[in-house]
Amino acid sequence: MAFYSEKVMDHFQNPRNVGEIKDADGTGEIGNPVCGDMMSFYIKVKDNVIEDVKFKTFGCGAAIAVSSMVSEMAKGKTLDEAMQITNASVAKELGGLPPNKMHCSNLGADALHKAIEDYKRKHGGTT
Amino acid sequence: MSEKERLLFQENSERRAVRAVYLENQANTRVDERVLEEMLPYFKEQYGNAQSMHSLGAVSKDAIEKARKEVADLIGSRENEIYFTSCASEANNLAVKGVADAYKQKGKHLVVSAIEHFSVLNAARRLGQNGFDVTYLPVDRYGLISPEEVKNALREDTVLVSIQHANPEIGTIQPLEEISRIVREKKIPLHTDATCTAGIIPVDVNSLGVDLLTLSGSQFYGPKGASALYIKKGIKLTPQIDGGIQENGRRAGTENVPAIVGFGKACVLAKSERDDNKRKMLPLRDRLIAALPEKIEHIYVNGHPDKRLPNNVNISVEFVEGEGMFLLLDQKGIYVSSGSACASKALKMSHVLSAINVDPAVGQGSILITLSKYTTSEDIDYLLAEFPPIVKRLRDMSPLYSYFLKTGQRRPAGPGTDYEHEHEHEQNQEEE
Ligand code: FES
Repeated sequence: MAFYSEKVMDHFQNPRNVGEIKDADGTGEIGNPVCGDMMSFYIKVKDNVIEDVKFKTFGCGAAIAVSSMVSEMAKGKTLDEAMQITNASVAKELGGLPPNKMHCSNLGADALHKAIEDYKRKHGGTT
Repeated sequence: MSEKERLLFQENSERRAVRAVYLENQANTRVDERVLEEMLPYFKEQYGNAQSMHSLGAVSKDAIEKARKEVADLIGSRENEIYFTSCASEANNLAVKGVADAYKQKGKHLVVSAIEHFSVLNAARRLGQNGFDVTYLPVDRYGLISPEEVKNALREDTVLVSIQHANPEIGTIQPLEEISRIVREKKIPLHTDATCTAGIIPVDVNSLGVDLLTLSGSQFYGPKGASALYIKKGIKLTPQIDGGIQENGRRAGTENVPAIVGFGKACVLAKSERDDNKRKMLPLRDRLIAALPEKIEHIYVNGHPDKRLPNNVNISVEFVEGEGMFLLLDQKGIYVSSGSACASKALKMSHVLSAINVDPAVGQGSILITLSKYTTSEDIDYLLAEFPPIVKRLRDMSPLYSYFLKTGQRRPAGPGTDYEHEHEHEQNQEEE
């Protein structure tokens, strides 16, 4: 059995939405204290909906797959819906993660939520 | 094969790339054909227990004794100073715990280096929990242990010094002769873990001046399942496996005859071919060390420039993480290992890289490449062609790299960002 599920390997090898958004409406950055990795999220918001999302990640295969999955899950969602994305739901969508890699899934949703909070701060807390 | 098995097999071979380039020879080597030939009869025909009194048993016994001589010949010891174990970890445990216990009336202090293999380090740690005092010697940025520091660490109650001959991860070869002169003067037993040197470079117990030495056949084209501890005549040691009378009462358990036979054969081959193998590997190693930094910016070679194993290349690639690199290399059929935290089960950067003071963010991108006598120059070409695009691909995804490109500054990863303050550290696992 391979270490990662097929879905994880797919997102790791072909990550969706990699990059930065120059005039992002919100950005969020998270560092991983367990192993020392980092993830940055950028969002574009229109009418309370996440129109575009991009990320950059420095981390293991799982961390990259998680960011890719989060970006996919967040796109097109309202801010409230996107706030509902949890680490567990991301891991589930990926078909599971090895136990010692579960903490990597913490990065993704947290970075996204930070980007949303950043947006709200800048735009007067419209929810 | 059933249809299901056939499909699985096909899928697996398709997933595997066209080429297979095995560059993790510090973990294990491919068994030499001639070694395998030698072993085969001991599975099917000569399968007697070496301790049995009948003739079939005697054949096994003879085979073991022949292998013992072959191992002794490789390292310049006497036959009756060679004790077979199942692996190098067992030999290291036997040396460290066995000697510590046998001399505990004299004292309870041990000296080991900070970059020992975990089988030495964790054996020492366990003794530390059981009333022993352990000094962990630091190393310099190349991974060298200073003989002066060894000298200063020795005490009246020191009963064992254990210092590896070379480090399997960064390849640094220690000044063991110098160290042994110092330790000998104080009449303290000196153990060396020569797992990654024996069979690869000359290892002679007399010129090294050691009292105990660990070596393992699977590191030089022998099978897994047989290693040995050299114990100089006169050194006391408490067995760690109690049972029968095997290995002169110092290591009980039915002997793994085929593996021991293969180990012996590997020693014979190593003795005559070691230098040729080295001549083959050295230029390949040096080519990698020279070419990688030419092809990839911001990479650093870990370990010593010349006091280095002929098969070892260890590099840190800045701004990317090691597991990502090795997974993508794996997809290309290139098998390496990484000392990054993410790639280790305990999620900690390798203790060796920490000991030589590699910046944790940089150490996250470390890759270990070890060659064997089977490595060809085409393998190296292939690696040099496939590796740079992989690094580029991961750097294009790395927030640390884009930050560097924008600002010309490096920023720390992970800890140091505000995430640290919001979440409790959960890390408490120990490396196994
Ligand atoms: S990010 Fe380090 S283990 Fe996943």
